[in-house]
Amino acid sequence: MSQSVQQTTQDLTLVQAVRDALHDEMARDEDVIVMGEDVGKNGGVFRATEGLWEAFGDDRVIDTPLAESGIVGTAIGMAAYGLKPVAEIQFLGFIYPAFDQIVSHAARLRTRSRGRFTCPLVVRAPYGGGIRAPEHHSESTEAFFAHQPGLKVVIPSTPHDAKGLLISAIRDPDPVVFLEPKKIYRAFREPVPDGAYEVPIGEAAVRREGADVSVYTWGAMTRPTMEAAEALAGDVDVEVVDLRTISPMDVDTIVASFEKTGRAAVVHEAPKTGGIGAEIVATLQEEALVYQEAPIQRIAGFDTPFPLYALEDYYLPDPARIADGIREAVDF
Amino acid sequence: MSTLQRDPGDRVQVLDEAGQVLDGATVPDLDDETFVDLYRLMRLARHFDERAVSLQRQGRMGTFPPLAGQEAAQVASALALAPEDWIFPSYREHGAILARGLSMKRTLLYWMGDEHGNQMPEDLNVFTVSVPIATQIPHATGAAWASKLRGEARAFLVYFGDGATSEGDFHEGLNFGGVFDVPCIYFCNNNQWAISVPRSHQTASRTIAQKADAYGFEGVQVDGMDPLAVYQVTHEAAEKARSPAEGERRPTLIEAVQYRFGAHTTADDPSIYRSEAEVEQWRRLDPLPRYEAFLRDTGRLDDESVEAIDSAIAAEVSEAIEAAEDAPRPHPDDIFDFVYDEPTPRVAAGKDYLRALRERHGDDALLED
Repeated sequence: MSQSVQQTTQDLTLVQAVRDALHDEMARDEDVIVMGEDVGKNGGVFRATEGLWEAFGDDRVIDTPLAESGIVGTAIGMAAYGLKPVAEIQFLGFIYPAFDQIVSHAARLRTRSRGRFTCPLVVRAPYGGGIRAPEHHSESTEAFFAHQPGLKVVIPSTPHDAKGLLISAIRDPDPVVFLEPKKIYRAFREPVPDGAYEVPIGEAAVRREGADVSVYTWGAMTRPTMEAAEALAGDVDVEVVDLRTISPMDVDTIVASFEKTGRAAVVHEAPKTGGIGAEIVATLQEEALVYQEAPIQRIAGFDTPFPLYALEDYYLPDPARIADGIREAVDF
Repeated sequence: MSTLQRDPGDRVQVLDEAGQVLDGATVPDLDDETFVDLYRLMRLARHFDERAVSLQRQGRMGTFPPLAGQEAAQVASALALAPEDWIFPSYREHGAILARGLSMKRTLLYWMGDEHGNQMPEDLNVFTVSVPIATQIPHATGAAWASKLRGEARAFLVYFGDGATSEGDFHEGLNFGGVFDVPCIYFCNNNQWAISVPRSHQTASRTIAQKADAYGFEGVQVDGMDPLAVYQVTHEAAEKARSPAEGERRPTLIEAVQYRFGAHTTADDPSIYRSEAEVEQWRRLDPLPRYEAFLRDTGRLDDESVEAIDSAIAAEVSEAIEAAEDAPRPHPDDIFDFVYDEPTPRVAAGKDYLRALRERHGDDALLED
């Protein structure tokens, strides 16, 4: 952490913190460029790149043709040639034309060339439900990317972390898929330090300490999980661990919490089958079985396609559902 | 008029089937040494190819995609570039990367299953071999774009086949190239067959070259079995990419019309999908005898020099095979050492585990016969 002692801060939303990170890194390093659909003059459909085009111009803030594989594929070529592109995919649900480029090339370039070529690329995409959006605008498919060696997958849950993690992602010598919880893009503000600082990739944060049960979550699910924990307070002492990085996962923090509590639940909005929750549960089985006192609960989206928004509130875990799941982990 | 400005259907050709210079054709202005070197490299590529197929047949190497018939397109295009230019090969461009200076030993190592064969030397501007079809096209566009943003004057050339032109990445790569006017040459080795599917099933377009028109830059069709024609158009395209004249667009699509004499790979049997008569038709255009005739007719080659080249090539390829077969197997740690700059805990744990496994059981127990 390069946070200095006398830090000035601004109260920023998560999306403003993303923009702040991009601005600071572009000002610091002229190899950093931003590219994607509507990221230029328009400033991004969520305003994540607002003001960057005015500050850095056409050559560094590039409105591309509407083509996800083209965006990521050309960004890989740029990264291999020495630039540090930050490519925006407008919604995670539209990333699949670029999936081949991400998993077949970005993730493998270093290995394939035995280090001769590398891919210091960040692919940003807003993810997740709860914003009353049309089809394909609400998915949480972080597990697709976490399954691919060679990638890192980062999901911030606060403005402070969004800025620090994005700066780390841009400086990372390997490709990072950076998923932004769009439901909480503007949900709250918090003091965000001016200037560049890093939040390390691969380190989870304990958001709430507790003795009875460990609840693991990330991104937009962190807030309803904290609410559920507060609602249970006095009855159940809940520890909330925000993963922040999905891959590589902070196994030490995950296990340390479980060793203390012996009970656990995972909360994610992605479908249960093959979700990151399964990875966490399997890891606890491997690393900390002897501490386990109850079945571990997975509080997840359903194994269905994400519904249109008239029904999305039934799909997404909310504080009531999360609290129920935590109780099941505790009352066994 | 530049040859790049011709109608895409007006195929550029310098030599006829017998190796005679066609009326009105321009022979590239090369010195004798380069003319002969072009021949030598084509012969080397052919001989290397034959030996590689034979190694596979003998079980000394894995699946290999032969290039016989495509030497002129590969070698002449690579030689037409400057050392600071870049090429982005697909998996069949052994001839092109050989012409750029990559050792045959490395190419053999790659097809013998060792990624170190794909670790291009720092001083060679050759990108790693890309296997998924057409996916390297956006990479070349992006690298060319980055070079342009940095104010360099370099040309980038990306190879792909006729089948690749059906992929979305062909469209996206060329479209980005046109929009951002990047110094990239899109070089289609149209060898008529994408495994078993003929060129006519890839596109209803009269030519592949004409697709360039949709991207706003020039497309040219060239006889891909005529090294002088290939050299000519590639050289012009590279010049234009580096320093376009007023009003010129940097990118060019080159469709090099040619034929794959052999199988798609050593795992393929082309007799299932094409006739020997068709192959024989195309063999009449074989770039090697054709170009050799030109060099003999113009006094640049004779029996003696051809023999000398032949024996030097045979020795060179044998030496490379020996070196590749004598090379130590890659170290098992290599599986883990290049996944990330710093290994993640799970990558590191995997490495430790494999080491322990090898210690417990011994390598002989873990390796299949």
